[in-house]
Amino acid sequence: MKRFIGFIKKEFYHIFRDRRSLFILFGMPIAQIMLFGFAITNEINNVDIAILDHSKDATTQEIINKIAASKYFSISEIIEREADIEKAFQKGKIKAVLNFEHDFSKKLIRNNKATIQIVTDATDPNTANTISNYTNAILQKYLQTINKDIKIAYQIQPETRMVYNAELKSVFMFVPGVMTVILMLVSAMMTSISITREKELGTMEILLVSPIKPFQVIVGKVFPYIFLSIINAVVIVLLSIFVFKMPIRGSLFLLGLESVLFIINALSLGILISTISKTQQTAMMISLMGLMLPVILLSGFIFPIASMPLPLQIISNIIPAKWFIIILKAIMLKGVGISFIWKETLILVGMTLFFMGLSIKKYKIRLE
Amino acid sequence: MIKQNVIEATQLTKKFGNFTAVNAITFKVAKGEIFGFLGANGAGKTTAMKMLIGISNPTSGQANVAGFDVYKNAEDIKKNIGYMSQKFALYDDLTVKENITFFGGIYGLKRAVIKEKATVLIDELGLHDVANDLVGSLPLGWKQKLAFSVALLHNPKIIFLDEPTGGVDPITRRQFWELIYKTADNGTTVFVTTHYMDEAEYCDRVSIMVDGKIEALDTPKKLKEQFKVNSMNDVFLKLARG
Repeated sequence: MKRFIGFIKKEFYHIFRDRRSLFILFGMPIAQIMLFGFAITNEINNVDIAILDHSKDATTQEIINKIAASKYFSISEIIEREADIEKAFQKGKIKAVLNFEHDFSKKLIRNNKATIQIVTDATDPNTANTISNYTNAILQKYLQTINKDIKIAYQIQPETRMVYNAELKSVFMFVPGVMTVILMLVSAMMTSISITREKELGTMEILLVSPIKPFQVIVGKVFPYIFLSIINAVVIVLLSIFVFKMPIRGSLFLLGLESVLFIINALSLGILISTISKTQQTAMMISLMGLMLPVILLSGFIFPIASMPLPLQIISNIIPAKWFIIILKAIMLKGVGISFIWKETLILVGMTLFFMGLSIKKYKIRLE
Repeated sequence: MIKQNVIEATQLTKKFGNFTAVNAITFKVAKGEIFGFLGANGAGKTTAMKMLIGISNPTSGQANVAGFDVYKNAEDIKKNIGYMSQKFALYDDLTVKENITFFGGIYGLKRAVIKEKATVLIDELGLHDVANDLVGSLPLGWKQKLAFSVALLHNPKIIFLDEPTGGVDPITRRQFWELIYKTADNGTTVFVTTHYMDEAEYCDRVSIMVDGKIEALDTPKKLKEQFKVNSMNDVFLKLARG
């Protein structure tokens, strides 16, 4: 035990004397969360749209006014004919066209139903998706107000409420993702680098020749990073609560447990990487390419998994981050308990055991 | 007086698939001896040494190191040997004192013992002024001596040195060999691999490995007589060229 404490002390010396790793450990999480929270956002502001109004009646005018009044859209063009829609897009300025059908008011009153076509420029699918969501939200709101005025019970309302993130605050969607990326980065990359560093320096050999057991070496190297990752997770959660006013609806205790599970999962990945790489640089490349990219691209952090092609959707299942993001969103935004996320938790536990088993096996082979 | 053997290897063999890295080597090393383990790169020196220090299992054959069997008691061997590699592996970002404390700690030495030993060691090596400096800032020669002393902290019966003088200037090498002599005089066996043939002359006995086999084993003097040459360098060249 005394050996172990000495080992951990040494590990902390390494970390605190290396400015670069200190920066990655503590600067990155704060920088990233601020960056995603304030700068990178998929909220839309003042998007140029065009209007094609076939009815030109009171209702359409009112809807158009509502849309113009919102900060999300600015109407930059009025089109008269269907054929001009394409031309308007080709100019490149507008991102969407709202196309009101003929006799909009009459149809709405007579049939309880009128149609508005939202044509979006899907070269940027995320923005397109957001535009259509926002337009829908404005229409729904308008429908609610007129229904209230008329007080006719049989008005039909399509139900497309924006659940869980009604204000459409993108920072709420980013926090779980950023937390996942940072924990992955700190846990997997930093441990794999610190273990390969010992290999590169030749100190690993000295440690293996000493009476300290390989298992103790690995645990000793990993332990400080568990501790630091937990601190990071706490910092991220505090920042999101106090800076971004994000409510944590679920149990903080459960959130903590799930985070520790994911941290251990990432650490075992880090150990696995260190067993297959000889130099720090290799370890870093494998961590960045093999872990960070999938975590950012395939986990549902930035791009919704549902809109990926099927092969990628299948691949996304083997990425631990995907399950952790689902768990985080469930706890933070929906406030559900373990009974709703036990399946995802079990998957993470299984993956962790698998990675650990594999790295122990690899480690033994290497010792041969 | 019968000399006590601290290393005994009999038909020790290591195979990687079809490749035989170490082919049935047999030798003995006596207590307090400086044993030179020579061979070209790829001759199997490192593999043989790894089996002796308990981090690689032999494919066949027997070996007994410091009184313990390499198959059954590898952990006991580890407690009784010291090891220093050609990288003088210490932690550059730890101070001289911290390195001593750490390595003393993983060998299970008590804190008071470590403290006492550290004082003696820093005194002997003349490292007073840099005791609290990071090891990374020390010149290579100092690092090498420090690494050697650290490997001896737990009073091992045998110290294994893997090309301990690589990349060090001749004067420092000479000084280092004085340390080795002193250690052997204290009764610690020194098992050393080297590339430098002039260093081979300093050893009590020398073995030369070629393609996994020990082709020659004797005192430097007798080897030179046997091959009718004037230096160990010529002995080595004759053997290596077949």
